[in-house]
This record gives sequence, C-alpha cells and structure tokens, in this order.
Amino acid sequence: MNRLTDLTVTEAMHALNAGECSSLELTRAILERIDALEPSVLAFLTRTPELALQQAQTADEKRKELKRNGSAIPRLLGLPIAVKDVLTVEGIRCTCGSKILENFVPVHTATCVHKLQEAGVVILGKTNTDEFAMGSSTENSAYFTTRNPWDLERVPGGSSGGSAAAVAARFTPAALGTDTGGSVRQPASFCGVTGIKPTYGRVSRYGLIAYGSSLDSAGVLTRTVEDAALIFEVMAGYDPRDATTMDVPVPQIQLDSRTDLRGLRIGVPKEYFIKGIQPEVEQTVRAAIARFAEMGAEIKEVCLPHTEYALPVYYLIAPAEASANLARYDGIRFGLRVPTESNIEMFKKSRGAGFGSEVKRRIMLGTYALSAGYYDAYYGQAQKVRTLIKQDFEKVFESVDMIAAPIAPTTAFKRGVHTEDPLAMYLEDVFTLPANLAGVPGLAFCCGFDSQNMPVGMQLMGPHFKEDALFKAGHAYQQVTDWHRKSPTL
Amino acid sequence: MEYEIVIGLEVHAELATNTKMFCSCRVVDSTQAEPNTTVCPVCAGMPGVLPVVNRQAVEYAMRVGLALGCTINNTSLFDRKNYFYPDLPKGYQISQYEHPIASDGLLVVDTSKGEKAIRIRRAHLEEDTGKLTHVVTDTENYSLVDLNRCGVPLLEIVTEPDIHSIEEARAYATTLRGILRALGVNSGDMEKGVIRFEANVSVREAGTDVLNNRVEIKNLNSFRAMERGLAYEIDRQIKIMESGGTVSQETMGWDDTNNCTYTQRSKEDAHDYRYFPEPDLPPLVVDADWVHRVQSTLPELPRARAQRYQNNFNLTAADATLLAADITVAQYFENTLAAAKDVPGKTVAAWILGEVYAYLNRTGEAFESLRVTPAILADLLIRLTKGEVNAATAKVILATLLEKGGSAGEIIKEKGLQQTSDPGQIAALVAKAIQDNPGELESYRNGKETVANWFFGQVMRMAGGKANPQVVREELARQLKK
Repeated sequence: MNRLTDLTVTEAMHALNAGECSSLELTRAILERIDALEPSVLAFLTRTPELALQQAQTADEKRKELKRNGSAIPRLLGLPIAVKDVLTVEGIRCTCGSKILENFVPVHTATCVHKLQEAGVVILGKTNTDEFAMGSSTENSAYFTTRNPWDLERVPGGSSGGSAAAVAARFTPAALGTDTGGSVRQPASFCGVTGIKPTYGRVSRYGLIAYGSSLDSAGVLTRTVEDAALIFEVMAGYDPRDATTMDVPVPQIQLDSRTDLRGLRIGVPKEYFIKGIQPEVEQTVRAAIARFAEMGAEIKEVCLPHTEYALPVYYLIAPAEASANLARYDGIRFGLRVPTESNIEMFKKSRGAGFGSEVKRRIMLGTYALSAGYYDAYYGQAQKVRTLIKQDFEKVFESVDMIAAPIAPTTAFKRGVHTEDPLAMYLEDVFTLPANLAGVPGLAFCCGFDSQNMPVGMQLMGPHFKEDALFKAGHAYQQVTDWHRKSPTL
Repeated sequence: MEYEIVIGLEVHAELATNTKMFCSCRVVDSTQAEPNTTVCPVCAGMPGVLPVVNRQAVEYAMRVGLALGCTINNTSLFDRKNYFYPDLPKGYQISQYEHPIASDGLLVVDTSKGEKAIRIRRAHLEEDTGKLTHVVTDTENYSLVDLNRCGVPLLEIVTEPDIHSIEEARAYATTLRGILRALGVNSGDMEKGVIRFEANVSVREAGTDVLNNRVEIKNLNSFRAMERGLAYEIDRQIKIMESGGTVSQETMGWDDTNNCTYTQRSKEDAHDYRYFPEPDLPPLVVDADWVHRVQSTLPELPRARAQRYQNNFNLTAADATLLAADITVAQYFENTLAAAKDVPGKTVAAWILGEVYAYLNRTGEAFESLRVTPAILADLLIRLTKGEVNAATAKVILATLLEKGGSAGEIIKEKGLQQTSDPGQIAALVAKAIQDNPGELESYRNGKETVANWFFGQVMRMAGGKANPQVVREELARQLKK
C-alpha cells in the first residue's frame, strides 16, 4: 500500500473497505501532513481537525456496525475531503475569502456537501479562494495567497486554488471546488490535478455562495479522473431546493481499463490555439491530442467562431449577477457591520470595509452594465452573444463527441505578476469561460509539464449532461499516461 | 377651468397561501406573530440559498388573472428588482417585470353614474418585504427588523389610467377586494395590511387628452387613506395648475397622521432598479391544461352572483349587489336562505340589509362577529312567515339576538312574545273593544270608516301587540258589520 497520504480516493476506499487502514488512521496521517506543510502551502482558510477526527471515528464505528449487520457500506465512508470556502457546511465558518464574512457561520449545508456527508465523508476544513470566487490565482483572497505546491513562488490558480493546491500537496485525496469561469479547471491545470466542472444544472447550487448564478457550478478536484467520476456521481442530481437543477438521471459511470477509443470523435477548436499562448502549453496539449489519436480517436479541427467574445460577455454577465448577489452583504443579519447613525450609511461603510478591490470592481462593472440606458448595450447584448456562443457548441457537437483544448494560455505564473493588471488576469480565463457561458461540462487533467517543471493541463468539453463520456476518455488517457501520478516535492 | 382627473391604481395583494413565495416558511399574521419566528435561510437572504416558486401562489395569481379576464401568459419571467433597504434581505426583490403572469384584463364596477369598465394592464407575482420598527428614545435610536412578512407572496395588479374620479377609484378598490375574497386568495383584512394601494395621479384640462406629469403616491394602506390621498393630491395639482405652474413628476408618500402627501423622490432621484432576469429561476411555464383547470374551478364572482340574486329572488339591482359584493355577506344570505324553508329570498334579503345592517352600522361590529348565525336568523324568519310572531315583534326579537345572542324561541318564551292567532281569544277582545266604545261604534256606523283603524289599534294594545294582525282585522270587519 502507498503512503496513506498518497492514496487516491479509489485507493483509499479500497484500503478502508479491505480493512487495510481505518478512517482514523488515514485522517490522522493527512492531518499530520497538513500540520507539517500547510505553513508553506497555505491551502486552508479554516481547518477542522477535531471535527475530522471525530467524524473519522464515527465512520469507523459505523463501518464495523454495518459490516456486522451485513449492510451496504456508504460509498465514501471515512474518506477525508476538503471543501472550498464558498460552499456552506452547517456550523463551520464560511468566509468566501472575504473579510465581510470573516465570522460567518452558516446554518445550512450545501446540497452537494450534504450528499457527500450522506455517503460518509470526513471534512478536513475549508480551502482558500479568491474573494467570492472572483479571481484566477487566490491573490484576491482577503486572507493570504495559496502557494503552488510545484513551485511555492507561483500561484495555484483560482479561484479554487486552495482546493487544487491541497489535492496536489497530498493534503486530501479530493477537494470540492466551484467553477464560474474556469475556477475548477484552471487551478487543476496549474497544480497538475484533475477537476470536473459539471454541466450547469447537474449539481445543486444550494449552499454555493453565489457569484454569477447563471454560470456557477460546483465540481471536484482529485488526482485521477476515476476519483472525479466517483465523487461527481455522489454530488450530482436534481435538487428540489435548486430550481435550475435538471431532473436528468445521473449515470452510473462504469470505467474500465480499456484504452481503445475507436469511434470517438474529438474536435480541436482552432480558436483555442491563438497568438499569446505559451508555446510549451500548445505543444504539450497538441501532443496529448496526438495521444488520443493513437488510442483510436478521430481528431477533427472544429470552429467555435464566437470564442473571442466569451471574455467580454463573461465580464458583463458575471459582474451583473454578482452586483445583485452581493447586495445581501449589508451588515444587518450577518457578516461585518460598521455601526453608523443611519441604515444606509451602515450599508455603505460595512460594504466599503468588507469587500476587497476586485469584488468592488466587479460590483461596479455589473451595476453599470445593468443601469438604465446601458442595459441594452451591455447586459442585453451580452445575453444575445451568449446565445451565439452556446450555438457554437451545439453546432460542433453535431459532428464531434467532445472538444479537446488547452485550459489556460500559460502554466502557473509567479505571485504578483498580474495583480496590477486586472485585464491580464482576466485573459487567464479565455479558454475556460466559454464552457460556463454555454453550460457544458469540462474535465481538466494534467497532460505534461513545461521546461520549468510546471504542470500543463488540458480540458475535454462535451455536450450537456455527457460527463460520463468525458470521464471515459479522460480515464482511458490516464491509463496510458502517468502525468497524474507525478507529485510535487514539498 | 374644468379639470379631468387621470388615475391609475396599483394594488398589492398578499396571497393567502400556506407558505411563502420562495421558501417553505408558513405565512402567518405578521401583525400578531412574535417577530422573526417564521424565517429560514432562504427568506432571510443568507448566503448560498436559492428561491423555489410556490405552486399555490402561481395558482392563486392565475385565479385572480382569470377572474379579471386577463390573458394568462404561458411563459412568464421572474426578475430581480435591485435596491438597498434594511427590510429587503437580499438587496433585491424577486418580481416580474417585462413578462408578468397575467395581462390585459377588465374590471367592470358600479358607480353612481352607472357601469364603468376599467382596463387591467397586468398582474404579476412578487415577494413582500419585512417590516421595520424605528425606535427613538432619549438615549437610543435604532431600527428593528422583522422578517415574518418577508417573502410572503404578493400579487401586484395594475390598471390602465382609466379611473377619472375618487368614486371610481373607491368602486374599483372595493370591487377588487370583493373578488379577491370571493376567490379565497386574500382575507381583505385591511387592518392587517394584506391589501395596499399605490396611485398614479395627474390632472388635465377636461376634454383634452394631454398627458401631464404624474405623481405616484405610495403608502396608501386603507380605503380611507386612498381616498384622502387622492383628494389631497388632486387638489394640490389643480392649485398648481390654476396658479399657472407645472406639476413635477415625483414619488410622494401619504402621511396618514397629518393627512398630506410629502415628496419621497423627485424624477431626478428616481430609483434605477436595474431589473434583470432572475438567474436562479427558470421561466415560469403554465400549460393550457393548468389554466383550464383553474378556470373551471373559479367560484362564482360577485357580479354574477348579484345577477343571480336579482333573477332568482326578484331583488333590486342595488340590494342584489349589496348582498353579493362580499363573500361573507353572500354566504350568510345563502345559508340563511337554505335554512329558512318557505321564506321568500326577498324577505331574507330585506331583513339582512335592513335590521342586520342597521345594527352593524350603529355598533361598528364586523359581519364576521355577528352573534346571529344564519340558522338563528332563519328560525326567526320561519316563525314570522308562519305568523307565530308579527313583524314588529320579530324586530324586537332580532334586536335582542343581535345584542345578546340566544335564539328566537328562548326570547319568545322568556318575554311571552308568542303571537296569538286564536280566533276565539281575538273575537272576545274585539267584542270587548266594541262594547267599551259605543261612541266610536256610532261614528263608524255613521260612515266614518277610518274608525276601524282606531279599533284595530285598541285591540292590538289590549293584546299587548301579540295578536295576529291579519286575524284581528278580519274579526273587526266581521263584528263591525253586524
């Protein structure tokens, strides 16, 4: 058996079910590793070690009892996981990486977390994020910047940077993330791990603290595609608390060791290999696509003509929704309050003190885009172009089963290089935004390393609700490659 | 100069659903319940929560829409209306902006000048806000927030600017209230704030169709406030025009204590609500089947009911309308009628509109709190019809019942009010009256026939008012002619 902290989800569940280790042993090993290395990685905003140990013990007891009765063992019983700090867990502080929620303890648990709890997971803590998930590096966290375990000078990506770093650093076999414009896939790419952004409407958003409601998706980061598929299956499904979830059956994802991809048609959009992309990223992704061809997949060049508009469209729609979503942070019922003489003054002062500059920038952008006289030109127009972007995908999926593309134009960059230039930071998301605008699923995984030994990721995007096809292709790829097995030295 | 008044009304009606518009908190009487006792993460606007549309509220909205002859829109959209206020936890209200659930209806109301048709522009679903209480003492100044009302379904019903007098506004408001109550979607209890008004008012030279600046008056929370607010505002606008000025477009509030309007926002400061489609809710789709189902289960509405009363009971239009306007009164009438075998509808109507109404008007009591149930009233009217008591006695009995309760039988027994129709008894009384008053008998025989009425009075007095008047008259006629 591997070192306990190196176990993937699948391996850990195997070890637990085979009685090779207990949840308590596994959790202790992980907590010890976190204790030792967290100061250099800074993945967690809140750690819950006592709770984790207690849950692990309960899981072990439950396992014994169920075994004795011959009952079925829940699928993830005793598995430690981390949760991005924009997903609520009852009783555990949830900051969203913001000072405005510094002491906020939610009274409700996100549906996706609840489903995992029902399946038996142990919660290690809440991972760092750009404030309200607005960012691509965790540098917008109001608390600290998480380090990339492959190079501590570099960012882990974002906004689910804490989760990606935690998985890469072997602090947890799996961590939940959210993806509004690439926030699962880009940090997965930067940290050399696997991540799934499900179809919009596949996983409940209840308990996901909203940034851009029509774009937000809860996903998971793991080390292997197999693991992502397993956790995804548990998280997914219709939720009566989320009117935007679809009542579509969640497939039982059967992954096997077959690596024959004959009959699979993969489209490669030319718009994703543009000037400005780091040459090693392009080479690495193209090499991976060639690997898919070797496995029997048919590779076709495809065209997503409106890709270039994804960035401006996203930066109108997401901030517009955010400007309303973040209006509730007024200091009245929860969160930071700066007391003043009048109510409205209190709102202003509290929000002024509680929000960071990127959040304020997006609230202002969104407020402007929705203002009388500007709505049609900005928000209204953006919605129309969004439809065109969706149609691009629909059209392409008539002739291919999925799309393969790079995730970010570059590998992880050093801390501080983009902080003065928001637009350069926004450009990090050009390849991930379209999937959110179209609502299609995207699977990210590592497909190589650049000359600085930084991971390069690629994504497979498929039609709505076809996550299983992405998992099958990604799993086949991981059967014939070992990029996902590489681990950073800490 | 002659002026024409142009009014458009917005009525905000809370829908009496079991639970709130977007969560499963119970709807309670927010004027009575302990503050913040029906609140959950959703209606409190906690981070990460999502709204889910209440099916019953949609159905209630459809009932109202259909009752007002509106088109029910197969697809309607929810939008976010953004503004900051401490009683609005999310910082936006979920409402319907461009695509309401119902549009293009008509409500016919009765006025002193006859029927008047008022077009309904739209009816849309939204959520109510919480309530603020401002506390100011010598040492402290703070606001308390109660979120019990927050998230209660509201239907906003908007007219076209078709209302041209305060009387029409009142007729519209009361008729609409009657319909909402008949539909069972709103208690109509104005004191509890379940119906609130906003009015858009402008004034123009009569006979022209210019559209002058309009003023929106908010905070009209009773019929009285609406009428006074309109009167005050119309007067204010006419005075401005007479002095050669121009009314400026603004939003005003009605101050119910000082009986005046005050400026809330000028046009320049008007809120930009930055409406946009609510991304948390998919379009609201109601299929034709559902609309049909709701349509086919609509109860009888006041206007149709009044027509039926007129036809079936030979009531005057005014009486029929009075009885049918409010569901409580109508049900009272119909229940009494059902219990009062062989009593004509017209009699039942006359007693309710006469004695019962007079009592309510005098005491200010509410119809709902009447001590006299339909069964009790029916029992009395049956006794009257059978001749067990006469009308005068019945009035006395009803007055007692209204004041103190009980039943007609008890009172009749207690006070010995049983009417006598016994021919022998009455014949003896008549004989005695004639015998004791030979002078009057003489006059009668000399042709002064009105003396018969005098004798009737004598007999009735001797009988303590309890003799059956019909029998007395007959017996008198018989003996006087001897």
